[in-house]
Amino acid sequence: MMLSGTVEKSEIVPIANSSDVVIVRQRVRALATELKFSLVDQTKIVTAASELGRNTLEHGGGGSLELALVVNGVRRGIRLRFSDQGPGIPDIAQALKDGFTTGSGMGLGLGGSKRLVNEFEINTRPGDGTVVIAIRWK
Amino acid sequence: MERIPILRMGNYLLVTIQVDMHDKLALTLQDDLTNRISEVNAKGVLIDISSLEIVDSFIGRTLANIASMARVLDAETVVVGMQPAVAITLVELGMSLPGIRTALNVESGMEYLRETVAAHEGSDDAIGDSREV
Repeated sequence: MMLSGTVEKSEIVPIANSSDVVIVRQRVRALATELKFSLVDQTKIVTAASELGRNTLEHGGGGSLELALVVNGVRRGIRLRFSDQGPGIPDIAQALKDGFTTGSGMGLGLGGSKRLVNEFEINTRPGDGTVVIAIRWK
Repeated sequence: MERIPILRMGNYLLVTIQVDMHDKLALTLQDDLTNRISEVNAKGVLIDISSLEIVDSFIGRTLANIASMARVLDAETVVVGMQPAVAITLVELGMSLPGIRTALNVESGMEYLRETVAAHEGSDDAIGDSREV
């Protein structure tokens, strides 16, 4: 998959508790505002970040977000890279289905977040943690 | 501990969520509201989310839980003031908030609660009358 783009700047946001998920939302919002995303696009990327950040916390046992401003030609966008050292996802296709949940949520986290961004990729192996990369272009 | 204030006005409870809620705070609100409904015998709950910049699946589920629990305790819930960008995102996320009554603003939300509660009390009276006959 592509997920291409040159990183112009990036920052790391640790995710260890539910307050950190709020910080994730605030940092993503700040970057989306800086890039002059429309209000709807800001809301979409912040909501996706909130879902994915919660997954990192609840299913991955915590981890971090690498938040980056990426450039591809004339396009600028936000790349989210959530990583954890948790148990991994045994069946990605199943995890992406709406309504599938192993936790306390509604099972909309992964599939829903995928719909809110332009590019989406999951790298995971059972026992080896999970990395989710999502990009929303302006 | 951090809490979201719950105001009481007659038979109604009013909540304005003005902070970016972390998950534990949302759960605390759910517990507090459920307890308050039962304590004060509230008939209606109005939750103003006009300051919320996002509603993700967790917050959406918490709102749905509050509405269900209130219903079981004989109270109606209305969620008011959702921002258009939040509504667009919620639907794309896959949540249409089934079972939650919404209104555009506090005023129409209160109007809905008053009408619903009045209609409900009216039907209670009707049952009472028929028993007397």
